Amino acid sequence: MAYTKRFDGRAFDETRPIKAELGVVENADGSALFAFGDTVAIAAVYGPRQLFPQHLQNPQKALLRFYYDMLSFSVKERKKPGPSRRSLEISDVATQALEPALMLEKFQNCVIDVYAQVLQANASTRTACINAASLALAQAGLPMKDLVVSVSVGKIGESLVVDLTKEEEDYQEGGKKAATDIAIAMLGKTKHISLLQLDGAIKPDELFKAIEMAKKAAESIYQAQIKTLKEISKKWV
Amino acid sequence: MGVIETSKIMRNTIIGLLRNGKRLDERKLDEFREIEIIPDISKNAEGSCKVKIGKTVVMAGVKIDIGEPFPDSPDEGILVVNAELLPLSYAGFEPGPPGIDAIELARAVDRGIRESGFIDLKKLCIEEGKKVYSIFIDIYSINHDGNLVDASFLASVIALKRSFLPKIEKAYDDYRVVYGEKTKNPLPLQKPPFLCSIYKVADNFFLDANLVEEKVSDARLSVAFTDNTIHAMQKNGSDVLSTDELKVAVELAKKGIQQIKKKAEKFL
Repeated sequence: MAYTKRFDGRAFDETRPIKAELGVVENADGSALFAFGDTVAIAAVYGPRQLFPQHLQNPQKALLRFYYDMLSFSVKERKKPGPSRRSLEISDVATQALEPALMLEKFQNCVIDVYAQVLQANASTRTACINAASLALAQAGLPMKDLVVSVSVGKIGESLVVDLTKEEEDYQEGGKKAATDIAIAMLGKTKHISLLQLDGAIKPDELFKAIEMAKKAAESIYQAQIKTLKEISKKWV
Repeated sequence: MGVIETSKIMRNTIIGLLRNGKRLDERKLDEFREIEIIPDISKNAEGSCKVKIGKTVVMAGVKIDIGEPFPDSPDEGILVVNAELLPLSYAGFEPGPPGIDAIELARAVDRGIRESGFIDLKKLCIEEGKKVYSIFIDIYSINHDGNLVDASFLASVIALKRSFLPKIEKAYDDYRVVYGEKTKNPLPLQKPPFLCSIYKVADNFFLDANLVEEKVSDARLSVAFTDNTIHAMQKNGSDVLSTDELKVAVELAKKGIQQIKKKAEKFL
């Protein structure tokens, strides 16, 4: 049977309900929670601060380090604590996804650490972490060229969808995997892509259609991020 | 907030206040900060809980799996407690495998829960000598402002209380967990234990240290009770305790536990 109606009844181009909150970790210089429905992530920023060991320092710009991990009870089958190959790879690509938005040259020799944790997972966890990190970096007051917005898109059966759930990620037709999962991050204003990961099977023209859907969804997430940041700045005035 | 570095001046200020029964944040020596308990924070955990003590925030979650029993207890379930001091929660925590502080925290929590008999491990046997339930408690610091031990212990106890056994399937001669499907069977639990830590600075004793107080303290004594019985104790720090001081600490712990109990009651 074709995938004509989504498991949770959403429209194909609709994300799950978005939740964004700032200042969830008081010790951090900036922090945020971001949720796509049941996928909940928090991120905390520490820095810019001095970087040790000294040989890692770059006299031209700050080093950005993003750490992605999941609480062991955030998933159905317990995840062994500590980094895995998967989390290290995500940390690496997400660091590069955030870098273009930051003005790292302003903080020579320093490090900016961003720690993201998935509290509850129902797919699209890296995108939620990147959105939380982007908000946390902004709340930390770091000079930024733009916010980074992230969303997943994909092809389930023959349908293109936005913001996949675990159930959709595992979708099968005729006993075979029939889901393509694409994680995308882009700069809020220009919609230039800073992270792109795809697995599955998709034709190029479908991919470009999916990316257009991602851009549209990204715009509404971008507006939600801006709204959240404005609200807190009002609170402080 | 960066790494807390304490000076001699700060230490002397704190000691001066404590001598007069006062503290930096105007609490009494036997007074907890505001305790807040938020259960069921994760849908994928068998049970979970967030505990806030002042600005300290800790999350604990229970996952249940099937494992093989230890040879010396073939008819008992397995309990594993793990704690991670996340670098997200404090500038002084670094990424990497759990350090000694995280291990000590996990073991202090483990002993209090295990020795109190809170979990009836005998009822978690599926097939003697072959298959038993394994209970994993994972503790994460989310914001560190001192006294992570008390927060972690309380969060773990409530998370256990909110846990339901997962559905299991028998296929041929093996059992496996059907992930994501919970039963309506709660964990076999008995009287809940409570843990309170007493901190010592010079010759002053108080409970629920915040981060600055914890940094200047010379010793910590954690005591786990069920009602009037002590089930686990852990002294940490290089200062010594006289017998009289130990008595003071135990009495103080009882007072602290009354405050914790009051907040926890409705979840137990």
